Amino acid sequence: MSVTRTAQKSKKSPAFEVERIRADFPILSLKVNDKPLVYLDNAASSQMPQTVIDRLTRYQTTQHANINRAVHYLSEVATSEFEEARRKLQAFINASDEREIIFTSGTTDAINLVMHGYGRKMIGPGDEIILTTLEHHSNIVPWQMLAEEKGAKIRIVPINDAGELLIDEYEKLFNSRTKFVGATHVSNALGTINPIKEMIAFAHARGVPVLIDGAQAAPHIKVDVQDLDCDFYAFSGHKLCGPTGIGILYGRAAILESMQPFKGGGDMILSVTFEKTIYNTIPHKFEAGTPPIAAAIGLGAAVDYLSTIGMDAIAAHELNLLQYATEKINSLPGVRIIGTAKHKAAVLSFAVNGVHPHDIGTLLNQDGVAVRTGHHCAQPVMQRFKIPATSRASFAFYNNIREVDALIDGIRTVQKVFT
Amino acid sequence: MSDYRSLYQEVILDHNKKPRNYGTIEHPQHHAVGHNPLCGDHISVDISLNGDRIENIAFQGESCAICKASASMMTVSVKGKTRTETETLIQEFLAMATGKLSHETCPNIGRLAVFSGISDLPTRVKCAILPWHTLHSAFTSEGTASTEAEADPMHAPIGDA
Repeated sequence: MSVTRTAQKSKKSPAFEVERIRADFPILSLKVNDKPLVYLDNAASSQMPQTVIDRLTRYQTTQHANINRAVHYLSEVATSEFEEARRKLQAFINASDEREIIFTSGTTDAINLVMHGYGRKMIGPGDEIILTTLEHHSNIVPWQMLAEEKGAKIRIVPINDAGELLIDEYEKLFNSRTKFVGATHVSNALGTINPIKEMIAFAHARGVPVLIDGAQAAPHIKVDVQDLDCDFYAFSGHKLCGPTGIGILYGRAAILESMQPFKGGGDMILSVTFEKTIYNTIPHKFEAGTPPIAAAIGLGAAVDYLSTIGMDAIAAHELNLLQYATEKINSLPGVRIIGTAKHKAAVLSFAVNGVHPHDIGTLLNQDGVAVRTGHHCAQPVMQRFKIPATSRASFAFYNNIREVDALIDGIRTVQKVFT
Repeated sequence: MSDYRSLYQEVILDHNKKPRNYGTIEHPQHHAVGHNPLCGDHISVDISLNGDRIENIAFQGESCAICKASASMMTVSVKGKTRTETETLIQEFLAMATGKLSHETCPNIGRLAVFSGISDLPTRVKCAILPWHTLHSAFTSEGTASTEAEADPMHAPIGDA
């Protein structure tokens, strides 16, 4: 290891060139309230580099038409660029087959697809679905709707005070009625990285399929769906430097083929008569109607961009930021970090004694610092910690140490105002 | 410091720290609970009348500084006012907070003008107006008891305020 590191250092490659990367993001030079923007709300949505913006412009300027339809030039270009984007996403998460990549409108849409396409067919009265306390509402509510419809039951994996899943308890939840597991890879509210590989292996040993909500993981750590061996993996484009309105559902080909379509319409059929409709093959069976073509191509450009930087380099830089910020926040009296798991992504939820998160958010905004305040669509997590809301700083690879310092200064100002 | 002072003025911070009329009234004639579903904040308002005048008013709940200070200053402003005077003030406050009227054109607004800056922060308008919606809700209800607070129709959601 040390030899490699020395060798790299001599080539000057290990230093993460954050300032050069920042220059790729036009929005980062914005001023907010006359202060440089410090964008620390990346878990909600990330910013877009110029190369993705340019790709969208090039598509709209020279390549746009509807896909899978006409024989004319533009339709062929658009179709081939759209399918090329699918292959880029396939490579990004190391799926074995491009047909396993379904374009959805986002993570929520992807999870709803699985609920309707798999859940409604395979889950019945008395069956059990395992979810975790750390789930975003988008991986809770669809399953509650299904449970209500089918008379199925939802069982919840608890967490400890650090915000880590209790894996012993997870394993105890399994029984002969367990039909499905839904778990988040990374908690959006606390940053906890869950041991999903082990959880998937445990479920598979009992014949139970697993859906992973990867919305907060895909932008920050290298995802390999074959290594994880998950059945479904869902994530969003706009948290990945791509456009809004596009997301991915990875599904194992065999399981996708066995599923019901989610939405009916054009493109998802092979033939339609009023007597009988024959559905298209995967992935098209799940892509009814005209998809967000530009957004899909933009997302392809976004994962190209991320891959050029390297997901491992991104993870390492973000871990540095997280460690620095954690240390700094811990040194502030009266400030408490919510979520202290051993394995965390660069999410810092915190509470300031005597100050409501909304007041923190407004005052930080006066200094140009953008954080999220509220329950982060993860109310069960808030209930577990007996707090209504937190303030959350979430970092991306284009954030730097100076911005962490701006956050810390901002929190000090908040405390000064409220003394 | 001047930038955030526009909202977090001394008077607001003071009412947040030492809220006036904080608590409950034992047998209120009117009562309502207001929720802000966006952030989970909630406050309750209790009122007792003497004839047509507010003799006593109290509030309590979990909320941010803007909401708490607004509630505290609201109770101070409406104590001793008639129902009609109170409704007029509620309408003036809502109009000012949402930027429909400037505080100069609100004859009864007085010290509540400290909240005029909130109209520049659309995400925080709801925090400032929650107590006023709750007060209005308490008044418009016919109920005289307050025991069924959580289930009663006086509950004042402000989801689309």
